Amino acid sequence: MGQNFQLVVVSAGTSDPSSTRLLADRVAGRVETLAGKRAQTVGTTVIELRELASEIANALVSNHIGPKLQTAITTLRHADGIVASTPVYKAGASGLFTSFFQILDNDLLIAKPVVLAATAGTARHALVVDDQMRGLFAYLRTVVVPTALFAATEDWQDNGLNKRIERAALELVALMTSGFEKTVRDESWGSYQHEYGSAGGTELTIDLDSDLMRLAAGGGTAN
Amino acid sequence: MQFGIFSVSDITRDPVSGETPSEAERIDAIVQIAEKAEEVGLDVFAIGEHHNPPFFSSAPTTLLSHIAAKTEKLIVSTATTLITTNDPVRIAEEYAMLQHLSKGRMDLMLGRGNTAPVYPWFGADIRQSLPLALENYNLLHRLWREDVVDWEGKFRTPLQGFTSTPRPLDDLPPFVWHGSIRTPEIAEQAAFYGDGFFANNIFWPKEHYMRLIKFYRQRYAHYGHGTEKQAIVGLGGQAYIAKRSQDALKEFRPYFNEAPVYGHGPRMEDFMEQTPLSVGSPQEVIDKTLTFREHFGDYQRQMFLMDHAGLPLKMVLNQLDLLGEEVVPVLRKEMEARQDPETAKPPTHAGRVKDKYGDGPVRRPKPNANRGDNVTGGSPYQDSQ
Repeated sequence: MGQNFQLVVVSAGTSDPSSTRLLADRVAGRVETLAGKRAQTVGTTVIELRELASEIANALVSNHIGPKLQTAITTLRHADGIVASTPVYKAGASGLFTSFFQILDNDLLIAKPVVLAATAGTARHALVVDDQMRGLFAYLRTVVVPTALFAATEDWQDNGLNKRIERAALELVALMTSGFEKTVRDESWGSYQHEYGSAGGTELTIDLDSDLMRLAAGGGTAN
Repeated sequence: MQFGIFSVSDITRDPVSGETPSEAERIDAIVQIAEKAEEVGLDVFAIGEHHNPPFFSSAPTTLLSHIAAKTEKLIVSTATTLITTNDPVRIAEEYAMLQHLSKGRMDLMLGRGNTAPVYPWFGADIRQSLPLALENYNLLHRLWREDVVDWEGKFRTPLQGFTSTPRPLDDLPPFVWHGSIRTPEIAEQAAFYGDGFFANNIFWPKEHYMRLIKFYRQRYAHYGHGTEKQAIVGLGGQAYIAKRSQDALKEFRPYFNEAPVYGHGPRMEDFMEQTPLSVGSPQEVIDKTLTFREHFGDYQRQMFLMDHAGLPLKMVLNQLDLLGEEVVPVLRKEMEARQDPETAKPPTHAGRVKDKYGDGPVRRPKPNANRGDNVTGGSPYQDSQ
């Protein structure tokens, strides 16, 4: 039996349908097809950040995670692969997009394979994905596929975009198939920084064998 | 079960009148609020500790001893005393003094404080906050239990032959709660010493608190202080009460919307649904509060935040009337009826004296004469060798 993958599309597009979402959907479609050829199945879930806008703003200013946001976090926690897509505003990813990823726990997305995609009205924004968005996803310790996707208005008529989508989709399938995330998480989870309650509220293990725990129990010296 | 109120000591503009009270007005108000708490039958009043505006409570023991002097039954406490930026020697001295003056009607809750700039004002570093808190409490715990302490740690000048005075009333250290919402080490320390554990319960997700309180209970039993059900747990909460729930919503909304911390954020109805905040009729507040024990187990102390966000004194006093007359009596009855019989009694000085001494004599140490050098010797008290 082939593997079954959960693919999560995160779109910060604002119109319905938006070209941002359209780009992400095309990646998701290719991922499903390519995986299908390997007898793998893909279930795709879409997170439209537009619907979470007020909860994202609340979380940023008051640390209060609303129910829709919690659902999105849980969905991402179970993702085997992510397609993250945003419009470019003022030479940067949408504030909605960066805000969403900024409120996630640092360890929520560790080792998850990601395709990054952006849309813009002009090709002058073409380096936003590689120059700006990659840094955010490196901080989150995701694995971003080598091919960055960017679509300015003119790219929608250019078969080159389809080729790049195909490439990015294959790279994502290859990373998901490799079991990279599972290996890292199974064997090395403890070597990343975690806080109590992090990883979307699931990191609730308590290590009794630490200097601080010994100090808490009346003795020893702290680091 | 004990019920009380805790105040952050914020001085916040009243968003309805537009007025910000002066420090003098707010300090007068808090004394009236505490007196009112006793009058309406609440058990506990607790004040926070802050060292920056817009808060007034920089010297909690001064305030609390004044309140203790004006009341007869009320337990005065803190929420929280900073175990990081205060010298544990000063905490030992000041709170033992408060214990004497209040005749044992006090306890305290320790917390770390999360305001980075405050730490260097007191010579500390927030990056060391957790080990500092743990080490300081290890020392504080000894200062109240040993007449003469030799001590050396990482953060403080060593002590040689130090005696913290006055010794705790009846040689019984003040009861300590450790407040934490996400730090397993603090829960461990509370459990190790058999102290109380308090979750402020203002912000959720409650799953974090549930896990932490469960851990504290398990470790309390592990260290042999009693069963998991006998561990001493306190919870916070916040409420706004009116006879009719639509009035409560209408009256509290402007304060909620501009409250420090969560104001300008979630809708009040969402916040009520997603956190322990109750805004409604006495029955609605009762119903919501009764759910807490289902999540956290039976507990000893329920505190409410009632005087924040610029609520004027008159409204706060009215809230206390409703809390004391219509909410707490029902909660007391309902919670005690539902409580597991194994549940520990809430900590009081009288109860703890009884536990320690039974009907035997209570130690009240008398110091030896001053030898003329202003330094106490190895045995500063007449009954210690």
